[in-house]
Amino acid sequence: MSTTNDKLILGGHEFTSRFILGSGKFSLDLVKACIEKADAQIITLALRRANEGGLANILDYIPDNVTLLPNTSGARNADEAVRIARLSRELGCGDFVKVEIMHDSKYLLPDNYETIRATEILAKEGFIVMPYMYPDLNVARELVNAGAASIMPLGAPIGSNKGICTKEFIQILIDEIDLPIIVDAGIGRPSQACEAMEMGASAVMANTAVATAGDVEVMAEAFKKAIEAGRSAYLAGFGRTLSKGASASSPLTGFLHD
Amino acid sequence: MVRINGKDAPDVVSLSVLEYLKQSSYKLQHVVVELNEEILPKEAYGKTILNDGDVLEILSFMGGGSGA
Repeated sequence: MSTTNDKLILGGHEFTSRFILGSGKFSLDLVKACIEKADAQIITLALRRANEGGLANILDYIPDNVTLLPNTSGARNADEAVRIARLSRELGCGDFVKVEIMHDSKYLLPDNYETIRATEILAKEGFIVMPYMYPDLNVARELVNAGAASIMPLGAPIGSNKGICTKEFIQILIDEIDLPIIVDAGIGRPSQACEAMEMGASAVMANTAVATAGDVEVMAEAFKKAIEAGRSAYLAGFGRTLSKGASASSPLTGFLHD
Repeated sequence: MVRINGKDAPDVVSLSVLEYLKQSSYKLQHVVVELNEEILPKEAYGKTILNDGDVLEILSFMGGGSGA
């Protein structure tokens, strides 16, 4: 399979980058540099109460050609997620929305059922809906039926940097669901992002892993390279694994012992 | 009294939303306004007068990935 013309397609929009960068926990002056180092074309944002006094806004730091993906963080049910999505669209950021609904502040686990309900409402209103979910095949199928543009299963709890703890279940989604599967949350290291891509994920989203790194710009670039490597490996197809024994990789025409 | 972003604002009754936003130095291109849980379109800011009991939310994008 060729790596040229390998595009990620979400709601009819084409992207060459498969790294979705979250913009939380960054100082504003680092956001732009990180987007560039990550070569990210999609950035997530959150809607919050505005500050008085004309303070700097994150939109001033995001290049115009980057697609904004507002999330619905803070929503505890479908109705609140729909409200946040509509407000975000009013800001003129386009039709993308990352639905995330949680009411558990200890583990920040998504409410899959409310997520299905919000996805259905928002898809009918013309949003390009990217739901964050706990990897469950039945729920993923419901999200497909509800009109989702992709499925975003969690690898581990948000912000935990623990890697793909849900690996087997994400693999099931990748194998069975015909939408882009974007691993979101929990990915802490480039090797884990690479692993997700090798599994056949369509993209990876990361935020905390980059924002809390010692050097955030270098880490942004490390993630970019890892995601590209994992994608190429997936497209290339893996060499076989032996169940036991060895297989010489040099030709069996040695001269010392015959 | 008008409630704005969760706080009581005593002196804004009879101002228009546009006047209030300008007075408080909000950047209009970066905010979205909800009045009594309904989105207020930008073109309506000037002709919408704040009344006693109104609840106004002034929101904008911040950095965020996932989470509450």
